[in-house]
Parts: sequence; C-alpha cells; structure tokens
Amino acid sequence: MRQAFCSALTAQASRPEFVFLSGDLGFKALEPLQEALGPRFLNAGVSEQNMVTVAAGLARGGMRPWAYSIAPFIYARPFEQIRNDVCFHELPVILVGNGGGYGYGVMGSSHHALEDYGSLLTLPGMRALVPAFDADLAAIVPSLMQCGGPAYLRLGLSEEPKGWTPPAYAPWRKLLDGKGPALVAAGPLIGAALPALAAMEEKLRPEVWLVSELPLARLPEEFLESLRRSRRLVVVEEHSAHGGLGQSLAYSLARAGEMPPSFAHRHAMGYLSGLYGSQKYHRAECGLDPAGIVAAVAPPVAPL
Amino acid sequence: MAGMTPLVWSADKAAAISQQARLRLLRMHYESKVGHLGGNLSALDILISLYHFRLKPEDRFVLAKGHSAGALYVTLWSLGLLREEDLRQFHRDGTRLSGHPPLRGIPEIVFATGSLGHGLGLAVGLALGKKLRGEPGRVFCLTSDGEWNEGSCWEALIFLAHRRLDNLTFLVDLNGMQGFGATREVANLEPLAEKFRCFGVETLEVDGHDMAALHGALHKEDGPLAIVARTVKGFGVSFMEHRMAWHYLPMSEEQYLQAVREVRECGRLSAAR
Ligand SMILES: [Mg+2]
Repeated sequence: MRQAFCSALTAQASRPEFVFLSGDLGFKALEPLQEALGPRFLNAGVSEQNMVTVAAGLARGGMRPWAYSIAPFIYARPFEQIRNDVCFHELPVILVGNGGGYGYGVMGSSHHALEDYGSLLTLPGMRALVPAFDADLAAIVPSLMQCGGPAYLRLGLSEEPKGWTPPAYAPWRKLLDGKGPALVAAGPLIGAALPALAAMEEKLRPEVWLVSELPLARLPEEFLESLRRSRRLVVVEEHSAHGGLGQSLAYSLARAGEMPPSFAHRHAMGYLSGLYGSQKYHRAECGLDPAGIVAAVAPPVAPL
Repeated sequence: MAGMTPLVWSADKAAAISQQARLRLLRMHYESKVGHLGGNLSALDILISLYHFRLKPEDRFVLAKGHSAGALYVTLWSLGLLREEDLRQFHRDGTRLSGHPPLRGIPEIVFATGSLGHGLGLAVGLALGKKLRGEPGRVFCLTSDGEWNEGSCWEALIFLAHRRLDNLTFLVDLNGMQGFGATREVANLEPLAEKFRCFGVETLEVDGHDMAALHGALHKEDGPLAIVARTVKGFGVSFMEHRMAWHYLPMSEEQYLQAVREVRECGRLSAAR
C-alpha cells in the first residue's frame, strides 16, 4: 500500500502548497515522492512532536502538509501536538501512519497501533481513513489534498484475493452478497478472509460490508435492510474494542433504533499469549484471521 | 496579521508605552482577581518593543509562553487592537480573553498556546512556510526559560538550526523562575545562550527590560537568531520581583495600590534620567 500511496501523492506533486514531512522513514518506498517534491519533501528527523507542530505551523501559513511515520509514532507520541496545534485550530494536516494494527508484526508492541483511529477520533474535527486495497489510495489521496480539516490515514498491506477486483472506493462498500448476518469490516484484513467467506453456502454466508471512513456518516439503507432481515451484526477490525468501528457502529445503530439483538465484535486484544509473531500470528490470536472471521459469522449454537 | 506599521524608535516613547501597559496589566489582573503576574511583568517590555517598534504586517508572532497572555492582551490594547471592555472581561465567563491565548476572535493571535513546548515549533512551521512560498516577513517567538525543560523545544531547535531558518527570531524570557522553584534549582540549563550557540544558532544576550537593547536585537535580520533576554519576574513591583508566589497569587487592594505607586514612580525616575 505504501507504493500506491507514494504514486498517488507523487501525482499531486505539482501543487505548490503540498509539503511532505517524514519522521525519518520511507526507505525504498518514498524516494519517487522525495524526488518529485524536491525542497517540499522534508525529513523532519526522529522528532514526531516537532514534526506535527511544524506541520500545524505550515498549514496555518496556507500550506498542505502531510506528516508520515510508522503508525504508533504519528499518533501516540505527538498526541498533544495533534490535539492542540492541529485539531483545536482546525488545520488541514494529514497524518499518515504506516502499518496500522499489528502491521509491524514481530517488531513488537512498540510498533503496533491498536488504538490509533479510536484515540484520534476523540479529537475535534478529526477523520480517519482506513483503506483496505491499494486501489483505494488513488481516490483517497486527492480528496484528502482538498479536505478542510485534519485527517488520519492508516496504511497497511493490501490483501485482496488474486484475480478479484475490489469495488470502486467509497466510505461504505458491499464486498459480498449473502443471506447470513451482516459482517462489517475495517481495513485490509477483510481481503484475506474473502475467499473463505465466499466459499460459505449462501444461506450462511454473511453480507460483507467494508467501512473505510470514520466517524461514520449516514448508514447505507441497503445495509440497514440487510440488518433488519438477518438481525445479526458482526464487526471485525484490527483495533482495540474501545473507540473502534464496532463501538461507533453500535452507537449509530442504537441511536437510530436499528440495533439488532445479536452483536459480535472481533477486535485486537493486545498480546494474549505474551508471545510475538507476524501480523497473521497476532490476528489469529484475536480471531481476526480468516478462520476466526468465518467462526464469528457462523450461526450461534442453539441452546439445549 | 501580526502588527501594524511599526513606530519610529524613541526611548522615551518606548518607556511611556511600557509604563502605561504595565499599569493597565496590573489593573486588569487586579480587577479580575487573577494571579500569574510575575511572568507577565517579565515579558511585557519584550512584547511592547516587538509590537510597537518591530512587527510589520507581513511578520508573525507566536507567544510560546501562553501564561503571559495578560501581557499580550495589554500590548494589543496599547495598539488599539483590543478594547477597554475586552480587558474588563479578562478571565470572566463569556470572555474572549482566556488565561492563555484563545483559538478564535483575535486575528493577531495565530495560535492558542498554553501547553509549553509548542510555540517554537509552530513559529518554525510559519517561518518554513514563508520560505517555501517565497513570502517576505519574519517570524518571532517568545518562550519562557522553564519551557526549555520540554524536549519538544530542543526538537524544534535542532530543526530550525539544521534548516538555517534565517527568517526566524526566538526569544527566551529568562526570568530565572519556573512553576515550583528557581530554574537553577529545578533543572539548571544555564548557560542557555551557550547551548543555543552549540547548536549553531547565533545568540544575543540582552537585558530584557532595556528597551533600546531589545530594539537593537529585534532588528537583526539574519539568523536563525536567538535572543536570551535576562528579565526580572515581577519586574517593576518591588514586592513581586524574583518571588515565586507571584507566579500564582492575585493582589489585595493594598498590594495593588502599592504596585501602581511603584510603577508610576519608576516612570518618573526614568523620565528624570
Ligand atoms: Mg520563567
């Protein structure tokens, strides 16, 4: 996804107000952007607090700054800078976190971002974008370049099945038809689970929806209809339960009087075994791997 | 916008404006029963010098030490950019003039600061933006001395020195005191000017209550430039000078009247000199 991100941004390089700040990252990924932007590509060094504050100063002077780092370093370290300097002032600073969720795998907990968009969405005016597929970046990047306030872009690894083309980017997209529960996912993990879900027999197979933008805008009527039919909602995301898509969606549904009687939420749960491994390994521990997602949408066991 | 067309320099004019602003600052804090006077009195001459005699419309100023908002408000008042009734509302319900610079409503205030260690990086961003866009003007920033305990100040210093931001001047209101002690006792950074020079930043040291010296330093155009302004916390009011209590306490009526007498007297002394 970093390459797609880089290409989409490089296509915007001729905008004179566009400036890119990197927290000393981008090796073998951002070089084309660096070349295209020249002096408007700044390696801010290993100093995320200052990078975000400088981005706010740049935005106040009319520039369109993007600030980039590994996901935890762009939102957790400089949280107060994001809050005070960017969000309070409603400045169009785009924060980009690479490797959201367990993306950095065996690198360990310091490099994981399990509460990035949940934390950031508590801030005024903040939006979070969680693309699932490489192709999403070509739509997201130009729109972020025009947006009027702060945003967070969580990058991961695109995991769409071979030979399958994702539907055109939209904040809500239906990925799969089915007569089972409504399954709503955020992020690339749904790509890995699609073949297994598609293989389920139709009456059990969930209707799969992908959400890529938070806070939630208006819920699609088609999704609500599916929910009224199945009366079961399953949400999966590589993020902590608190503040994530599951809670946001349940809140929206409850407010609208549409909350179904059955609600399951599969989410990141930290380090259950205390051991480390790849992104796949950590997902599996939390039931976020394809098998875990299939199990989550399986019909509830009938009471004896 | 940061300022209006600056006045032609005159030591007498500077002293008179500073004295009027100091009296108004005391009255504002007294009437609103607000403390935090010490650091406002130490910063006031710097702000008067900057706003009346240095800032041009294309320049920008960031008050990193947001707890000196009172001094900034009376400075803007002295320029006619805030009204009497604005100052009367200081710290009261429904005011535009919060204890630290506000987000909205005062065009001259470009950033709502208050948490220490943000202002310098914000000024750096403004200065960098000017350079990238080829815009004229200079960016000024006033930090406190205790603020340099914050790591983010040093991050900003590394960045501005490395990028050679020659359109940036930052000042330190070196009053030697911070929240709960003397800076030398809490986390000694002296000699601070030497530390800035070690980072490759040209650094001037001035008496922060000598209006002529401030005026000269503020008019240096190259840089990046640091100005370490040695100041007195509570300057101009004998019983407040160098006293930590006046970081916090409001004045009694008796104290207020005494403070006013001293500031008036001080003005007469300097006029006689
Ligand atoms: Mg101090």
